[in-house]
Amino acid sequence: MSFLIEPVDRLIREFSKLPGIGPKSAQRLTYYLLKEPDEEASALAEAIQNLKKDIRLCSICFNITDRDPCSICQSKERDHSTICVVEKPSDIAPLERTGKYKGLYHVLHGTINPAQGTTTENLKIKELLSRCQNGSVKEVIIATNPNMEGETTSLYLQRILTPLDITITHLARGLPFGSELEYADDMTLNQAIEGRQKFKQ
Amino acid sequence: MSRPRNYQTQAIVIKQIKIGEFDKLLTLYTAEFGKLKAIAKGACRPRSKLGGNVEPLTYSSMSIARGRNLDIITQGQIIDGFPELKAELWNISCSFYIQELVDLFTMENSANPTLFELLLETLHQLPKATNKETVLRYFELHILNCSGYRPQLQKCVRCTAPLKSTTNFFSPREGGILCPLCAEKEYGAYPISATALKTMRLWETCDCDTARRVKLRPALASELAQILQNYIKYLLQKESKSISWLEELKRSSFDNPPRTH
Repeated sequence: MSFLIEPVDRLIREFSKLPGIGPKSAQRLTYYLLKEPDEEASALAEAIQNLKKDIRLCSICFNITDRDPCSICQSKERDHSTICVVEKPSDIAPLERTGKYKGLYHVLHGTINPAQGTTTENLKIKELLSRCQNGSVKEVIIATNPNMEGETTSLYLQRILTPLDITITHLARGLPFGSELEYADDMTLNQAIEGRQKFKQ
Repeated sequence: MSRPRNYQTQAIVIKQIKIGEFDKLLTLYTAEFGKLKAIAKGACRPRSKLGGNVEPLTYSSMSIARGRNLDIITQGQIIDGFPELKAELWNISCSFYIQELVDLFTMENSANPTLFELLLETLHQLPKATNKETVLRYFELHILNCSGYRPQLQKCVRCTAPLKSTTNFFSPREGGILCPLCAEKEYGAYPISATALKTMRLWETCDCDTARRVKLRPALASELAQILQNYIKYLLQKESKSISWLEELKRSSFDNPPRTH
């Protein structure tokens, strides 16, 4: 039997469903909101409601957007001949933060993971293929994660895109900034040595 | 074999599940303790010291601390990262299947050094083999042997009469070959040619290196695949997910299809 009143108990239960939020954190968030002014709670409720109402997938790159096509696909300043393939929408923000990449994106919404039953049917691979077949694309950068599922997806994409006569590249592999050589694994070190670069003059 | 409070082991990572933002729950296969589940804390952080040392399909030396529910990996050092295996789509897809079979056929904390050796040997042989399917069939037959489901291939599993060099029948329910007379009364037994039976008998006794040199006609290869996979499906009571992916890859009309026979 719950000793909490229904609205409080309900919000705690809803918060507990979120990833990384346990019952204690859910309780803390609920009591925090109770103490806050009404406007704060209303603003949060409205933001949550609008999230599902206004957001959809871009019909070109399948990134999450509030207008279709998304601002990146619509932009005339971006290089429309380069597509960077990422696993999920949240992978775009870090690439954008670098300010180095000016091309378009394509979000696969997952990776090939046969053990969990995720194959090409569940991903936006057919859509990528048809984007690349229209002749305007010159380079596809595969930016899947450097793990087993990401590598499988990358190898599969490489295989289906090769006949299209476009340049296929993948992100460089090596040591992350701030890491220590002593603790790097052999695979990463191998790739770091193979991909070593001359100092820029 | 019970595990000490802190122990070192050499393990092949066969499965991973991401937990929270940065942790991984790994399924390891070791020679000493069999299948283990352990947490690799912070393994998803870019600067993690575990990172690539605990990726699936990696043979690593690990220090593990026994936890109340789950063990915790404290250190890892790669022994073999199988780079050739990870560099080719067909190889990596076959290894998904091998890892799934090991996971499905084993129980936690039940050591099986023969199976560990088989897994390690198969992962080494796979990139060398021109015919990957032969390596997979060899692995399927031997994982059955290691797990106590060795099919009876020498005599009729029901009447124990010696088998004649003709078309006999394989019964997944009986776990072996039935002579044509006994097969009449058995539902679900399917024919097995004399050549397929001979090949399976050879694979039972030879090593993986010899097995992968055996050249199979396409019809014989698909007969062997059907027999072994139906038996495995019967034992596990479910279809392997990775085998569907291998089928999908085979069906795809690539310019350079994987060599299957």
